[in-house]
Amino acid sequence: MENNYIAIGYGQLALSALLILVNVGLSAALRLGLGRSLLVAALRMVVQLLLIGFVLEWLFTQDNALVVVAIALVMAAIAGVSAVNRTQRRFGGIYWHSLLSVLSASALVTGFAMVGIIRVQPWYDPQYLIPMLGMVLGNTLNGISLGLDRFMEGLITQRDQIETLLVLGATRWEAAHDQVRSAIRVGMIPTINSMTVMGLVSLPGMMTGQILAGANPIDAVRYQIVIMFMIAAGAALGIFAVVLLAYRRLLSPEHQLRLDYLEKAGHR
Amino acid sequence: MELSLPLLSVKNLGRQLGDRWLWRGVSFELRAGDCMGLVAPSGAGKTLLMRNLVVLDPIQQGEVRFEGKTPAEWELPAYRSRVMYVPQRAIALDGTVQDNLKQVFDLAIHRQRQFQPDTVCTWLKQLGRGPEFLNLTGSRLSGGEAQILALLRALQLDPQVLLLDEPTASLDAATTAKVEALLHDWLRQPERACMLTSHDTEQIRRVTHRQLNLGDFV
Repeated sequence: MENNYIAIGYGQLALSALLILVNVGLSAALRLGLGRSLLVAALRMVVQLLLIGFVLEWLFTQDNALVVVAIALVMAAIAGVSAVNRTQRRFGGIYWHSLLSVLSASALVTGFAMVGIIRVQPWYDPQYLIPMLGMVLGNTLNGISLGLDRFMEGLITQRDQIETLLVLGATRWEAAHDQVRSAIRVGMIPTINSMTVMGLVSLPGMMTGQILAGANPIDAVRYQIVIMFMIAAGAALGIFAVVLLAYRRLLSPEHQLRLDYLEKAGHR
Repeated sequence: MELSLPLLSVKNLGRQLGDRWLWRGVSFELRAGDCMGLVAPSGAGKTLLMRNLVVLDPIQQGEVRFEGKTPAEWELPAYRSRVMYVPQRAIALDGTVQDNLKQVFDLAIHRQRQFQPDTVCTWLKQLGRGPEFLNLTGSRLSGGEAQILALLRALQLDPQVLLLDEPTASLDAATTAKVEALLHDWLRQPERACMLTSHDTEQIRRVTHRQLNLGDFV
């Protein structure tokens, strides 16, 4: 395969690492105390990316659906766990809820894109599946953690209103559907915002990458459009699922608000 | 009167906080016309008992029945529309007082009924408030006004048992007396009973026929 882009060597990588000195210098000059965490973060970024580069290189030579699906599952599981880790509160089963939501939303959307839209042969071709899944997961993860967080905080701040409705004879849905709705809305906002300004304020990373790699900009844009629709649908499905699951857990079938299930993150 | 079936019957109810029982073995019956005072030092779990009576918190021990059926057999919304708890902290929902009173009729369980402005205005008059009270904004009500709103919001739904948690805590003496008179009238209708807590022992003596001391069930 002939590359029509300039490959970056290790020497050039080292040169780019000099740029982190800007941050370190600024931190030292202003005594921000960020020097150490900056270096750790930079080091993690480099090591993680180099490793994933090797993994992807190996993965793209795989012609075994099971291996690819296994990797995809691991990615989804990590996304599911990270989504919860960013919320401020926990309840029993929250990790399962997140995993289930991430998995089903991303599988549906990515599956539809691979088989129905792009029609990749074979359907699990890792060169397509893995990057696209990764983009869907990243955004679904964000939406899920925002939506979950908002839902739990909403129940806490609106506790008196919700219980006032419950004691007047409201069903759990009548008492809490406002919170469900606003959580789903909050989860969707970043996706909608990014679609709104896409191409004007932000040039999406994937598109930029394809263009750098020599792809025709029009083709790159088309991929980006498909990806954005996938992201929007994935995030919506994931948020919807996770908020509804949390609703069913925190508002019991006996029409009770079970805030006693909630605990602050890190208090286990 | 004593021959009538109890409206609310409570058997052996217990509530635990951590390892400690707040109260246990609480049993009593509320019959038509009953008005029972619930007394105990603060922190003894009066509010938690009332929350348990409407199953807002899970029942850890014992049993509650209304007209012989458990809350689950009634289905909770139906049960709570008959056995209605009015919390101490009165919460106004969005909108004016009238919006507050009207919007509960949108709940599925009350949909076959209708907001009765005339009845509400009669009650308001009894409490020394004019119909303009209906136009006040819910979120700007004083504590006492919110208590009036919460009481009327419950009364208009025609429950059979009222559980009132410090219903007059934020009201002045004159309005308190009027609320007591209103309750007295309400209780005279058939098949009604009421339970109330109050920090004011005089009020308990004035209003209630008998008392349940949670301190006896530690």
